[in-house]
Amino acid sequence: MNKIIQRKDLAPSLIQFVVDAPLIARRAQPGQFIILKVREEGERIPLTIADFDREQGTITLVFQVVGKSTSLMAQLQEGESIPDLLGPLGEPTEHPQGKYAVCIGGGVGVAPVYPEAKGLHDSGYHVTSIIGARTEDLLFFEEEMQNASDEFYLATDDGSKGTKGFVTTVLEQLIAEGKPIDFVIAVGPIPMMKAVADLTRKHQIKTIVSLNSLMVDGTGMCGGCRVTVGGEVKFTCVDGPAFDAHLLDFDEQVRRLSMYKDKEQEVKE
Amino acid sequence: MSDNKTRKHPMPTQPAEERVNNFDEVPYGYSIETAIEEAKRCLQCKAPRCVPGCPVGIDIPGFIGKIQQEDFQGAIDILKDKNSLPAVCGRVCPQEEQCEKTCIVGIKNEPVAIGRLERFAADWSAKHSKQEVEPVPHTRPKVAVVGSGPSGLAAAGELVKRGYKVTIFEALHQPGGVLMYGIPEFRLPKSIVQQEIDGLKELGVEIQVNVVVGKTITIDELMNEEGYEAVFVGSGAGLPYFLGIPGENFNGVYSANEFLTRTNLMRAYLFPQWDTPIHIGKRVAVVGAGNVAMDSARTALRLGAEEVHIVYRRSEAEMPARNEEIEHAKEEGIKFSLLTNPVEILGDEKGWVSGLKCIKMELGEPDSSGRRRPLPIEGSEFVLPMDVVVVAVGQGPNPLIPRTTEGLETNKWGNIVADEGTGATSMPGVFAGGDVVTGAATVIKAMGAGKVAADAIDAYLHSKKGGK
Repeated sequence: MNKIIQRKDLAPSLIQFVVDAPLIARRAQPGQFIILKVREEGERIPLTIADFDREQGTITLVFQVVGKSTSLMAQLQEGESIPDLLGPLGEPTEHPQGKYAVCIGGGVGVAPVYPEAKGLHDSGYHVTSIIGARTEDLLFFEEEMQNASDEFYLATDDGSKGTKGFVTTVLEQLIAEGKPIDFVIAVGPIPMMKAVADLTRKHQIKTIVSLNSLMVDGTGMCGGCRVTVGGEVKFTCVDGPAFDAHLLDFDEQVRRLSMYKDKEQEVKE
Repeated sequence: MSDNKTRKHPMPTQPAEERVNNFDEVPYGYSIETAIEEAKRCLQCKAPRCVPGCPVGIDIPGFIGKIQQEDFQGAIDILKDKNSLPAVCGRVCPQEEQCEKTCIVGIKNEPVAIGRLERFAADWSAKHSKQEVEPVPHTRPKVAVVGSGPSGLAAAGELVKRGYKVTIFEALHQPGGVLMYGIPEFRLPKSIVQQEIDGLKELGVEIQVNVVVGKTITIDELMNEEGYEAVFVGSGAGLPYFLGIPGENFNGVYSANEFLTRTNLMRAYLFPQWDTPIHIGKRVAVVGAGNVAMDSARTALRLGAEEVHIVYRRSEAEMPARNEEIEHAKEEGIKFSLLTNPVEILGDEKGWVSGLKCIKMELGEPDSSGRRRPLPIEGSEFVLPMDVVVVAVGQGPNPLIPRTTEGLETNKWGNIVADEGTGATSMPGVFAGGDVVTGAATVIKAMGAGKVAADAIDAYLHSKKGGK
């Protein structure tokens, strides 16, 4: 049983847990994820690790309340335990060559990109971070990201904070200004990751994205999380969750993520 | 009465038209009277031919003799001496290929219903046996068991009885492995698996769920930091094979592993009371004809599919499933599209499955498996309209442990290389058995391998100590 040591509401419908999980914290690497289950009848929910502290033996999780399972998660309070938690799963993110990294996080995707930025920054990379949200109220981890970056940019769709527009608006400017960029790591909604990939493809900048495919066990057993990368079928859980954005079939991912939309609707009604 | 001499006593079963609407167990099991009558068909051979047919070497005439004498506790004691999971084996063992195949009675008549009698004794014990199980004192070193499927449970049971301190590490949130996630409730009720697991816990086996060995902790760490002096790896055949044909990533295509795990482990049939959904089509094609394919097809029917097809490239004679499973599937109205090979999965404009394009096959000369090789009939392509396709063409070994354990030798298919007689791997102190070594096989073979490895671990740890 893993106790929730701290619970924080980051933004409307956006919740952070710091969880006592020494075994997971000990081995966690940026890019890896966990699976949790909040009740006997519950779904197995995969979540990318948003931070880990090996000394304290804790991991940080950030999630957005979008449906029944995340609503049940949101009912858990500080001091309560998560009945089932396993990890770290997936492969740590492999970084392409070069020294100049751009880390992009959109929406709740800022959480999984944070350990990437921090890890790169700690290992001496030059890190430029761009985080984006629909509006200022939904931004989180600003300070954390700033501390993990050499350069830091913000974008909101409505212009309430930072650049008005998308994370790609900022990225395009940086490219136009001729900033050195060796590779990009982008995590966020699929349309955002796809837009980043389309932009960097034109400029031949290596780009890694991280997927949140539907899965059951998370250990390679069900194959539900399959993705097509460069014409080859891969499993997000054991081969990913990070993949080369220029080889990934985004449209297939969008479609596969919609597989249970009707069921989710059924539960809401 | 003469019929009772020549044929096995049948087990009453839930009528097909009823059972397709529920997940309850299909056969009900013998009554005490029937069990005694059936036991009396056993000739109590002095040199029994059935025992060598059993992968774990149960004293079969011994336990059946006890049932003849109405000493059911005696029967279960004999079974448990060699088999820690009799209620499971009595239900899912392919007895027709093992003990019952070599039964003397079976030469002229139907063999003794050894499996049904094993099930009877185990179920009787679950209901009546109130014996307090004393945990065995731990006087021997710590042994780790990776995976809580049949081989891991068997190895753990043997080792704990010999005084080892055994910890099982299970990746899922519930122990039992394929017995829980794979084999459906209607064939193996989960409460029965749970009883067997609880029995092991009472003996002193510790089970840690939600630990993925290779990820949460490695085998090296277990041995060098956590003080385990030996490790048994029984991580199973958890990697689903797909067909490699176009369209396999359309929505509505499942591996049998996913389809069954959603239903069995995650109880998707109880959605929305349980939270895990499953997409239930009106027309479902299950590709493959093994036990897993039959389980998938019968599950699809119970989930509410209107028409379910087994699609198999060879003919009925080559189907690898047990006869009983094929019979049950037929009774329930599963359609068999045989000598039919899928070549493409078709999808609609939204990316959902709309059909399975197949080609007709004919049988040619025998291939390396000894079965006649299926050959495509040119120009015979046709489309089966479908909205769900379940791929049940086998599983490979889960790669997580070999990938993260340096020095653990695997073969070209990714199976861990282990000595058949001992389960010893290329790493000292690490033993392996079950599907991760052999590729997908049966529950009882995996249990046999778990027992063999337990003997070898016992010998290894005694000699290790002696050597010091």
